[in-house]
Amino acid sequence: MWEYSEKLKELFRHPQNVGEIENPDAVGEVGSMICGDALKLTLKIDKETNRIIDAKFQTFGCASAIASSSALTEMIKGKTLDEALETTNKDLADYLGGLPKEKMHCSVMGREALEAAIANYRGEKKPLEEKERLVCQCFEVTEDKIRRVAIENHLTTVEEITNYTKAGGGCGSCIPQIEEILKDIWAIKVPEVPKIKKRLTNLQKIALIQDVIEKEIRPRLQADGGDLELVDIDRNKVIIALRAMCVECPMGGVTVNNIQEKLRELVSEDIVVETG
Amino acid sequence: MKPIYFDNNATTPIAPEVLDEMLPYLREFYGNPSSMHTFGGHLHRKIEDARAKVAALINAEPEEIIFTSCGTESDNTAIMSAIESYPQKRHVITTRVEHPAVLNFCKHLARKGYRVTFLPVDKPGRLDMDTFLKAVDDDTAIVSIMYANNETGVIFPVAEIGEILRERKMPFHTDAVQAVGKIPINVKELPVDMLSLSGHKLHAPKGVGALYVRKGTRFYPYIIGGHQERGRRAGTENVASIIGLGKACELAKEHIDKEADYFKRLRDRLEGALLKLCPDVQINGDTENRLPNTTNMSFKYVEGEAILLRLDEYGICASSGSACTSGSLEPSHVLRAMGIPFNAIHGSIRFSLSRYNTEDEVDKVIEIMPLIIKELRTLSPYGKVILSKQSF
Repeated sequence: MWEYSEKLKELFRHPQNVGEIENPDAVGEVGSMICGDALKLTLKIDKETNRIIDAKFQTFGCASAIASSSALTEMIKGKTLDEALETTNKDLADYLGGLPKEKMHCSVMGREALEAAIANYRGEKKPLEEKERLVCQCFEVTEDKIRRVAIENHLTTVEEITNYTKAGGGCGSCIPQIEEILKDIWAIKVPEVPKIKKRLTNLQKIALIQDVIEKEIRPRLQADGGDLELVDIDRNKVIIALRAMCVECPMGGVTVNNIQEKLRELVSEDIVVETG
Repeated sequence: MKPIYFDNNATTPIAPEVLDEMLPYLREFYGNPSSMHTFGGHLHRKIEDARAKVAALINAEPEEIIFTSCGTESDNTAIMSAIESYPQKRHVITTRVEHPAVLNFCKHLARKGYRVTFLPVDKPGRLDMDTFLKAVDDDTAIVSIMYANNETGVIFPVAEIGEILRERKMPFHTDAVQAVGKIPINVKELPVDMLSLSGHKLHAPKGVGALYVRKGTRFYPYIIGGHQERGRRAGTENVASIIGLGKACELAKEHIDKEADYFKRLRDRLEGALLKLCPDVQINGDTENRLPNTTNMSFKYVEGEAILLRLDEYGICASSGSACTSGSLEPSHVLRAMGIPFNAIHGSIRFSLSRYNTEDEVDKVIEIMPLIIKELRTLSPYGKVILSKQSF
């Protein structure tokens, strides 16, 4: 039994703005029958002011999906498109008096339908493009969506990602990929290595370079099918050899630059990386 | 508001006669049956009375009954006993549609390095006997196949399976938790070596179950400690609940034929009316071989949790195989194993009846359910097509 708020139950019992606007100015459709929930949002938009005059929804899904959809239409009516776009999935959840964590994906679906509808109105491409990398095959969740939702909601675990996007909740085979994405996002945001750098002895420097290459750099390259080998260290010059996928990679130069930056950041400002 | 309780495969109310039998053993007779003094020691006889009643329901010998704490413990014990008894054998056979008590235990064994065959079922949920025959080999330590499915009520050909395994001298366990008390079971004629049953599925309290172990079957205890249950299941006996289980089995034996007819009639009327009143509805599972109290129906294009919560507003209790009700994102493993399409799984509702349900309750559900389905389809973006067919 889910712990639903009174507000959510009320909106589930008496959803507002149910239906489909005739000749709508914007349509946003997200989700699918297979996923277990789907939402079709139709909007009437004043073309002079870009204001949403009317919003209606149709939802296939559980109580919280229906209540989230109803909440969405109530929240965006009367707003301009830009104002409406400021509505986050968290705002939706708050409006509902909170959502059980396993149901946060319902609020994300609401936010997505809104984006899709506005993109449709503005003649933009749908947010979901083919070139995007699909991470979760079961629920068709892209890497972009995972990154966006993770950053917006400060999600740090796979379980949270599943609760918010469903990704990883099916066969589970994409869980390692989600872990990598999370590592990637939060590695940039929360640097773990202290900034204070002491003057290093040559021996310490060599040890630290080896350590950074092993722990920070190689795992990332390996995740993309690449690798590197440390050939030699000569004072500030670090000589490496790219291996596996990196060898043929047209981005090889970028990779070497990135490695140099990482080593400058974590070891010493004057490091130069060369391929040998 | 008194609920309309159509969720008896989840749990059943305790029969008033059962509760009456139990109460003295929760109040004044609190002794320990293992004690030497009369106050405790005399409880031993009450437990043996209960054992005889449980045995009688399935036509077993009393010494073939071991009391446990629940159906899950009975299932785990049975499988583990065979594993321990035949340590050189590394293969287990079960089905894809078992209750988690068996399914997840077998998955656990698979992680431990055992070879586990999960037998598939066909669209109506019938066991694939060819795969079963091919799966059995000399390395098989145990075959565990449920008697009747908790979600669909589909009954497996346990007798037929048992004959085959008996010929090959292979231990056979059946999880009969959903069957015992609803349909007659006679272990004198049924070739099974072990059989699980659970108290709270047949109007006894929660927290008590039993495992039937046929005389001559190798047995190894799962819970190890004191000498209770002749060393086959340690732990101080749950006296009151065991007495309750005994009484519940006695009641079931007395009334089983009459009752099965009664709730079958109610179930059939409910099912028939809903099929007629709601378009795009299907029954999940083989209606030829099914528990008399269970129906699993899919109301396409609507989501199960939403249906359940609408029903809940009227005090009607049922359950669903939808993903949203499972606590995970995975919809029912049983319906998926049957190859039911997702649009039908998400809208699956199980009604399971008992002797305490009435004609009036069925009428109420027949009145409410089509309205709920119609309303939720109005809400659904997929509903438009279907609504034009709904005629009321």
